[in-house]
Amino acid sequence: MGPNLWANFGEAVSMILFCIGFANLLLHKNLIKKIIGLNIMDSSIYLFLALKGYINGHTVPIVVDGVQSVDAYINPIPSGLVLTGIVVSVSVTALMLSLTIRLYRRYQTLDLDEISKRLKKEGL
Amino acid sequence: MDFICNFPFFSIMISMFSGIVSSVLGRKAAKWLNLISIWVIWFLSAVLLYYIFGTGEIIVYKMGHFPAPWGNEIRAGLLEAGLALFFCSIMLLSMTGGRKKLMGEVVEEKHNLYYILVDLMLASLLALIYTNDLFTAYVFVEINTISACGLIMIRQNGRTIEAAVRYMIMSLLGSGLLLMGICMLYDITGHLLMSNIRDAVSSIYSAGTYPVPLTVTIILLTCGLAMKSALFPFHTWVADAYGYSTVSSAAILSSLVSKGYIILLIKIIYRVIGFEVYRASHIIDVVFVFGLAGMIMGSLSAIRENDIRRMIAYSSVAQIGYIYMGIGLGTRYAMIASIFHILSHAATKSMLFIGAIGLTDVSKGSRHFAELTGSGYRHRIAGITFAVGSLSMVGIPLFSGFISKLLFAQAAVLNTRKMLPALIVLAISTILNAIYFMKTVIRIYTPTEEEGETITMKQEKVYALTCICFIGLNIFIGMCSQPIVDWIGAGIDMFA
Repeated sequence: MGPNLWANFGEAVSMILFCIGFANLLLHKNLIKKIIGLNIMDSSIYLFLALKGYINGHTVPIVVDGVQSVDAYINPIPSGLVLTGIVVSVSVTALMLSLTIRLYRRYQTLDLDEISKRLKKEGL
Repeated sequence: MDFICNFPFFSIMISMFSGIVSSVLGRKAAKWLNLISIWVIWFLSAVLLYYIFGTGEIIVYKMGHFPAPWGNEIRAGLLEAGLALFFCSIMLLSMTGGRKKLMGEVVEEKHNLYYILVDLMLASLLALIYTNDLFTAYVFVEINTISACGLIMIRQNGRTIEAAVRYMIMSLLGSGLLLMGICMLYDITGHLLMSNIRDAVSSIYSAGTYPVPLTVTIILLTCGLAMKSALFPFHTWVADAYGYSTVSSAAILSSLVSKGYIILLIKIIYRVIGFEVYRASHIIDVVFVFGLAGMIMGSLSAIRENDIRRMIAYSSVAQIGYIYMGIGLGTRYAMIASIFHILSHAATKSMLFIGAIGLTDVSKGSRHFAELTGSGYRHRIAGITFAVGSLSMVGIPLFSGFISKLLFAQAAVLNTRKMLPALIVLAISTILNAIYFMKTVIRIYTPTEEEGETITMKQEKVYALTCICFIGLNIFIGMCSQPIVDWIGAGIDMFA
């Protein structure tokens, strides 16, 4: 287990980050902290992907000086996936933030449980 | 032949572009564009279904003409084409049934935004049905989530915004798990196309090289999609989201959005992981247990509810439980029952929402049971629609719910190990369903002294027509079940 863990150090870190982000998003009452959790969770996945695409000793997959051998470059697909994922997570974060602003304007608090309590009192 | 290959792609793109174009159109134009695009997609799907029935071949469309392991693919078989046709029909009926209510509940300047969201929703649902690429599926899952969130909060009050936030949080947790699962699967197999992944997974499985990562991946994918489709312990957002949004949104969300994710899960089970590998991992037993728990707990919450819309919402939790129970039984027959229940629940639940809105309209807008007394006499067509929906949910013969319960029971009998719990819970859940639906039906048909507003069929022609279509669709699914079951069976065989 020891040497395996050391060889996959980055992946282990990204898993720990994923758990931290997931727990934050699930358990925190504060909406802003939830969104921070969301971003930690998504970034950890991108870290994981980027690590998986990297091959030691190979360079960026842009053909220069006519070198076309596969052995020269790293795998470009995970980088592409990371880019797509970032776009998705940015749009989702923007949506969450806009919802948070609306809730804050209405109830002057960021605590989701408090908001639910007030909604029950309003009895809509 | 060559031209028909493009139809799945056209359906996705027509819906997506009409969403984009709607952003610069006025309210009326956006409405017509939405209506026309859904009809066109309905027609394309019908032609596609007819064509695949005739030839029996699977249509594979290569995006950008890159060959298999590198390119992105769209793949259409019998099941996909039929589901697209069915989803379009439900979308059409839900939109027309709730259009009048939309006028009252949503600010007029935002109507074209509503149609954009509906168009994007349909595009993402179609993409989830047709795509053969896991990462594309993830991207469309997110588009689906965002547009669903918009559909919830388009009616602006505190409740809907809170519901949208809760929905987003649950969905984002689910999509985080799904994305992690996809990344790990890409890691151990090196592919993103579903068919290639399955070949790699089966060789990994038989070589026994990555047992733990494979199991973890299956857990992540299942758990992520279960969270998004509101399986029992993750259902907390359902009541608010379906209960307070505008009625078309509630109908679309409950009958189509959660189903889209389940379709993706079924696709992952058959086409990505492989049915045998999935069954050998014991995740399927966990899914079975949570499905059973959902069937009971959803119904119990619905019985306690005093608000008709929230009651219907909790009833969907129970119905989602049925579907997962079917997946958990782990046989081909049970899977057919699950897919049949997806159809039957989609047809019935949207019908209940549309019926309920007519009843609340004649009860001073109140959704509490006390006010609803006798509303079935004041708005006859809505009363009949709600009663038919309830009977179908309880499982009275002639309606679609009966057939799906029958199929589930037959499938349970075939599985010796899980037979007893499945049958017992099925019986209990049916009784619970009967308690709360029949309570409501008796309530709306109890004569009352109070004079309320009455609405006749002539006053709301479009609404009445929608209701009649819903009733017809339900009876059609209930009466012509055998061809539908045969179609699902053939579709599943093409799926793999």
